[in-house]
Order: sequence, then structure tokens, then C-alpha cells
Amino acid sequence: METVETFFQWLRQSHGINLTIGYDAWDRAQFLSGLWMTVKLSVLSILFSLLVGVVGAWAQGAQSRLLRLPVGLFVTFFRNTPPLVQLYFFFFALGSILRVQNDAGMSVPMISAFSWAVISLTLFAGALNTEIFRSGIDAVPKSTLEAAEALGFTRLQTYIYVVLPLALRISLPSLGTNLVNLVKTTTLAYAIAVPELLYSAAQIWSEQLNVREMMTILLLSYILLVAVLVWIMGRWERSLRIPGYGV
Amino acid sequence: MAHTEGRWTEAQPIVSLKDVRKSYGTVQVLNGISLDIMKGEVVCIIGPSGSGKSTLIRCINALADIQGGSIQVEGQEVHDAKLDKLALRKKIGMVFQQYNLFPHKTALQNVMMAPVKVLKENRVEVEKRARELIRKVRLEGKENSYPGELSGGQQQRVAIARSLAMRPDIMLFDEVTAALDPETVKEVLVTIKDLAAEGMTCILVTHEMGFAREVADHIYFTDKGVIVEHGPPETFFTNASDPRTRQFLSQVL
Ligand SMILES: Nc1ncnc2c1ncn2[C@@H]1O[C@H](COP(=O)(O)OP(=O)(O)OP(=O)(O)O)[C@@H](O)[C@H]1O
Ligand SMILES: [Mg+2]
Repeated sequence: METVETFFQWLRQSHGINLTIGYDAWDRAQFLSGLWMTVKLSVLSILFSLLVGVVGAWAQGAQSRLLRLPVGLFVTFFRNTPPLVQLYFFFFALGSILRVQNDAGMSVPMISAFSWAVISLTLFAGALNTEIFRSGIDAVPKSTLEAAEALGFTRLQTYIYVVLPLALRISLPSLGTNLVNLVKTTTLAYAIAVPELLYSAAQIWSEQLNVREMMTILLLSYILLVAVLVWIMGRWERSLRIPGYGV
Repeated sequence: MAHTEGRWTEAQPIVSLKDVRKSYGTVQVLNGISLDIMKGEVVCIIGPSGSGKSTLIRCINALADIQGGSIQVEGQEVHDAKLDKLALRKKIGMVFQQYNLFPHKTALQNVMMAPVKVLKENRVEVEKRARELIRKVRLEGKENSYPGELSGGQQQRVAIARSLAMRPDIMLFDEVTAALDPETVKEVLVTIKDLAAEGMTCILVTHEMGFAREVADHIYFTDKGVIVEHGPPETFFTNASDPRTRQFLSQVL
């Protein structure tokens, strides 16, 4: 630690590169907590949006119009409006209604900014996941489903054992793209003061006036985060690969 | 017509169609088809493209519904709202032109899946039976290959084994060699011939006239949704009386 700090002090004194997160414990803690917050936002939104996608895609293929219609509206709404406006809508419009009295009799928000960010990002990415899974499901040949039916599989069994495993494989590449976008979109949480990576970096540069350095660090951090996600998706895709099957 | 489940005996037809009518929208596909098939019989259905052969076969195991007439399998009305579909599909195996294997499962898993998931049978016993079936269709050594790693003929034989794993009483084959090259057609036909020789009731849609002549007990010729002519192969191929049948035969023989 000592030598690391000496190095960053030297970098600053002899080259004018001021990376305070290298030698200043306070800044580093702030930066790392921002990074952690971004990871939490990403992981939670990814998991929930996958759930939304699976359920949404299933509902879109349902017989009942009553089920298909709301999902269609949901997808259209979240696909065709800016995610930042969606976030503002949740946080300011819905957030101002959903308030409760605390013990001291003060009106406080029921849902934290962090939770709103997760909800908003989940729905935004979930709408796209719904479409991605839906097209994956539609790409499963009808004749394969008919074979399952002829073997006595029920609709649900066919869905679980045949449709989903194939649809997932077909969907993975587009899913990866969407999830990478989701990680990048977590920066929007900055707008409602969730102390994520961009927020903490901005705090640091406005105090230390090292905008250039922190910008660089910020971009590199996102490249790293996305690289980790891409690596995980690649592993997943490889583990699901079927010999001789062309998707 | 009046026999109900439980009262069916082998002296009665195992599959019985009476004046079956089927249409897609305004297109009449089956125009009153009647035929009776006895247990252990091998029946071939031939006819020009679009004459309703696939539709007919799909109606027998309720993959398609009918608008009129009746279809009975082992005395049970197929197109009945109260029909136990699972019971019907256990009785009837079906093999398709495009094999339709599950591409994400190995040959062995394809054969095992329905008995394990649908019939909830013991996995160990099912595996033993599946391996035997794979041997029976002459594919030992290919148990762990995925469909994408098998030739068309091999995939089709896996598909036959997959159907047989449900221990059906009746097998439906819909142009199962039509997508195969001439060399592999033979290996699939041999498999079907073995089955027929064992006494399996088989209903085949086929363009393989030589094969039909060899294995069929009875041949039906369909055109425009009706059975134009039928008979045992000896008389069917040589003494066809209907001009449409004669014209068709002169083209394919
Ligand atoms: N799902 C469907 N919807 C609408 N029309 C259909 C459908 N399936 C079949 N048909 C029509 O029914 C008619 C009979 O089709 P079918 O597939 O039974 O013919 P086929 O005798 O099996 O022909 P082929 O030898 O080409 O396989 C055709 O005119 C076809 O267009
Ligand atoms: Mg056909």
C-alpha cells in the first residue's frame, strides 16, 4: 500500500497526473463504493430483467388477449420512450406519491432512489428482453413442437423441456448486447443522485479538479465491467453449445 | 361405431375412419375418408402432393381436428372433447419427414425423454430400454451423438426409436424417407420392415412404391381428399381401374 501511494504521489509531482484515488484513502473509498454500487445496480437489474423477459415472453405467446395486450403495451412503452425520462417518471412522479410518515411524523419516500433505479432499469431492459426471448421462442420450429406433442408432452412440458432450452440458445447473442447496454445505462442513476460510479467520480473531480484523470479512470472502469459481463456471457454461450447445431 | 373403450377386441379394427371430413378455412382437405385397419396390418397411403395424406395421418393422433365423421383408435373416439390425449399418444407413435428430433439432446436422451418426462417411468429402466432400441435401429455407438452430428438416415432412425420408446400399438410414418438420399433410404426402410415383421400396426405415407409393394398388406390411393382406389398390392399395382390411379402409377413406377 505504502509503495502504491508513493507511486501515485510521484506520478502527480513529476508528471502532473493527479490520481487521488491512488493515494487518498477518502477518495479511494468513495470511488470503490461507487464501483460497488454500479455492480449492485447492474447485477440486480440484469437478474430482474431476465425474469421480466421470460415471464413477458411467455405471456406474449399466451392464448388470452387479456394477457398479451398489457405485455404489448409494456414493451411498446419502455422501448419507445427515453430511459432517462422513464427514470424521472418513476422517481419524481411516482416517488412523490409513494410517501409514508416516519416515526418522527415526517413524510419520507417509501422507495429509495437506489430501488427506483433498479426498478426503472429492470423494466427498461426487461421490455427488450421480452422481445428478444419472444423472437427466440418464435424461432423454434413448429415441427419440433409437433413432435413433442405427438410424444404426449403437455404444452407446459413442451415449453420447459423443448422451447425454453432452444429459445435461450437462439437469444443469447442479442441478450448479451442488451445486457451490456444495461450496464452502461446504470449511469442514468446519477440523475437521481444514486451514488454509483459516475456519481462518485464526479464528486471526486469536482473536489480535486482532476477531471481528465477521473474521466479516463471512469471509462476504463466501464470497459472492465463490460469485459467481465461479456466474458460471463461467452462462458454461458459455450457451455450451452450443442455439437452440430448451428446457432 | 358404437364400440367404446374397454369393449374393443383385436377382432375389431384397431383404427377405424368413417366419412372423415376436414377443412382448413374454406379449403376442403379430406372429403369423406373411410378405412379400417386391423391390428398388425401394414397400410400404405399413396397419392399426389396436396391430396391430404399428411392431414389424414395427423388427424389420427389428434394433431389436427376434424369437422365431420369419426376416427376411432382401439375403439376410442379420437375427436371427442373428453378424450385423454396422453392415453391416445401413448398408443400411437409418429415419425415425420423432417425427423424433428430435439436438437439439444443426444440420441439417447431423445429416446429417453418422453418415457421419463411424460410417463414418469424409472430412469434406469428407460435407459436400458432406450439403449436396446438404439441397437435395434442399428445405431449402437451413436448414443451420445447430437442430432446435428448424425446423417439424415441416422436421425430418422433415432426418431423411430424415440417413438418406439413409448411402446405404441400403432406407428404412423409420414414420408419418412422423402428427405433422405437414396443410399440412406434403404437403412430406414429396413428398420420399418423389421417393425412390420414383428407385427407392429403401421400406417405409412410413402412414395417408395417398391417398398409399399413389398411390405404393405393394403394400399390406399388418395386424390383431392378422397380414397380413389384401394386394395392389396398384388391387385393394386397391376389391376388399378381408376384412370387417376393409373396415371399416377405410370408416373411413379
Ligand atoms: N395447417 C394448414 N393450414 C392450411 N392449409 C393446410 C394446412 N395443412 C395442410 N393444408 C392444405 O391441405 C392440403 C393437403 O395437405 P397435406 O399436407 O395433407 O397434403 P399431402 O398429401 O401430405 O401432400 P405432400 O405429398 O406434398 O406431403 C393442401 O392443399 C395444403 O395446402
Ligand atoms: Mg405430406
